[in-house]
Amino acid sequence: MKTLVIAEHDNGALKPETSKTINAASKLGFDIDVLIAGTKLGAMSEKAACIEGVTNVLTSDNTLYEHQLAENMAELVLSIADDYTHIVASATTTGKNFMPRVAALLDVAQISEIIEVVDSETFKRPIYAGNAIATVKSLDNKKVITVRASSFDLQNEQSPANISALEAANDVQLSDFVSVEQTESERPELTAAEVVISGGRGMQNGENFALLNGIADKLGAAIGASRAAVDAGFVPNDMQVGQTGKIVAPNLYIAVGISGAIQHLAGMKDSKVIVAINKDPDAPIFQVADYGLVADLFDVLPQLENAL
Amino acid sequence: MKVLVPIKRVIDYNVKARVKADNSDVDLANVKMAMNPFCEIAIEEAIRLKEAGTATEVIAVTIGAKAAQEQLRTALALGADKAIHIETDEKLESLHIAKLLAKLVEQEAPELVILGKQSIDSDNNQTGQMLAALTKRSQGTFASKVDINGNTVSVTREVDGGLQTVALKLPAIVTTDLRLNEPRYASLPNIMKAKRKPLDVIAADSLGVDLTPRVELIKVEEPAKRSGGIIVEDVAQLVEKLKTEAKVI
Ligand SMILES: Cc1cc2nc3c(=O)[nH]c(=O)nc-3n(C[C@H](O)[C@H](O)[C@H](O)COP(=O)(O)OP(=O)(O)OC[C@H]3O[C@@H](n4cnc5c(N)ncnc54)[C@H](O)[C@@H]3O)c2cc1C
Ligand SMILES: Nc1ncnc2c1ncn2[C@@H]1O[C@H](COP(=O)(O)O)[C@@H](O)[C@H]1O
Repeated sequence: MKTLVIAEHDNGALKPETSKTINAASKLGFDIDVLIAGTKLGAMSEKAACIEGVTNVLTSDNTLYEHQLAENMAELVLSIADDYTHIVASATTTGKNFMPRVAALLDVAQISEIIEVVDSETFKRPIYAGNAIATVKSLDNKKVITVRASSFDLQNEQSPANISALEAANDVQLSDFVSVEQTESERPELTAAEVVISGGRGMQNGENFALLNGIADKLGAAIGASRAAVDAGFVPNDMQVGQTGKIVAPNLYIAVGISGAIQHLAGMKDSKVIVAINKDPDAPIFQVADYGLVADLFDVLPQLENAL
Repeated sequence: MKVLVPIKRVIDYNVKARVKADNSDVDLANVKMAMNPFCEIAIEEAIRLKEAGTATEVIAVTIGAKAAQEQLRTALALGADKAIHIETDEKLESLHIAKLLAKLVEQEAPELVILGKQSIDSDNNQTGQMLAALTKRSQGTFASKVDINGNTVSVTREVDGGLQTVALKLPAIVTTDLRLNEPRYASLPNIMKAKRKPLDVIAADSLGVDLTPRVELIKVEEPAKRSGGIIVEDVAQLVEKLKTEAKVI
């Protein structure tokens, strides 16, 4: 019994999801190998080797994997899959892209977005936008699992494990990377931030999102949004929190001008403390808020910035 | 080119799912059902390709119980040319669905298959990727833009850090994200016309796919309830509570 974790990174730094996914994998109770595929792996592999529970770091330093395209990533994972009973990655857009491909090539099911490891074959995962939690048992001999990182802690450190290089797999030549439009931000990443402040349709336009900046600066917060705000073009898609956007569970989540649709709640209701600012006292967001402020956001956001 | 669009019948997205008292599953008795929102977007994209002259035929397919024919009729009313119902009363998993779809891809040889990125009931987000693996095709998941040019399709994908564009060799598999398009509504005349469009029924177990369960559903529970909060008077009280009571700032 041995677990393979595929690292999430940006060709330079490991993402916090990697450590949290290793935390989840450690609960399976087996030795863990970590696969890092991409470029500029040096510092990352040293970092991964120091995450508690890791026995081996396998590196595949190849431009073939730089953009983590699913077809070739799946091929690479498949080339070493024989050695493992459990193959685990985080449920980021990267993991969600290549892992089901791995599962199908291995002819096994994938258990998506687990939030708890019950035992090495049994897991809990949210279904129906988090309105129900299913406990499922995998009957396959190999388990392919993606992990909702926000449900697990960062893993402790250890003295460095072994690092070894891996051959690249065949290039399947099905797809090519063309370009990426990266959203640049000085702020913490949504999924890693301790505090998140999100704006919804109530913000009225993109310029008004600036009202959240001062507050976010003072709290060291990441800024998120509802789908309505993304759809209306106020902010880019990668700021969307929800069932079909990012899942966050910060210490403090502040929802501003967001009604609290099921799909939005699915992405933030596991936050420790929730604050809602909305002028409609009947907005469903107040049903999950620890502290609700019924007010016009244009009045209270400047006050809040001053009071912090 | 032929476009195949797998669609799924699911709980209406406005309805909050309730867990059965015996914790065996979610209670779907007398619950409003609809086409999975991501599948509506997939159908819309296929129809737009047809309207643009790129696609020649749009085939909608669903796998499930008889009732799912309602969603196939909707797809036909929206503009699909023909529908296929792979009938089964079993609750199938994404891997089974992908295998059944792979059989259909073999038979129909569509150059493009457009699926939703995720079913809003299982929240699996697997079927398209699995189908791509089984048919050895390229995959463009979470698409917010799809452009066909010759032998390739360029897909802009909604990824965690922004937008990524990939060029896929055709034939390809694409899964839709919310911003790909805004689905139209079916007009009454088109709903009437849809009743006369072809809808073929195939028994799922006639396709030679092993449908043995790979995952056992042990139980389904309500998520932990949040304890009720309070309404604060003003910003001063909010900040005070966050500092001294919640201790999060
Ligand atoms: C398949 C599917 C997936 C989806 N996935 C997601 C998802 O991942 N994330 C997501 O967020 N949504 C998602 N949605 C959309 C979701 O259903 C809602 O439409 C969306 O969350 C609404 O966004 P909102 O709360 O900003 O807008 P609205 O519902 O329009 O709410 C705006 C709120 O702002 C308040 N307001 C207005 N002006 C002011 C003011 N001046 N001061 C204070 N308050 C004010 C109003 O009272 C209202 O409550 C999804 C939908 C579908 C169908
Ligand atoms: N029973 C089904 N019949 C047809 N298509 C399906 C079915 N289940 C899933 N799909 C397709 O696969 C997509 C993703 O579903 P899933 O992997 O279950 O989240 C859906 O949006 C559909 O396009």
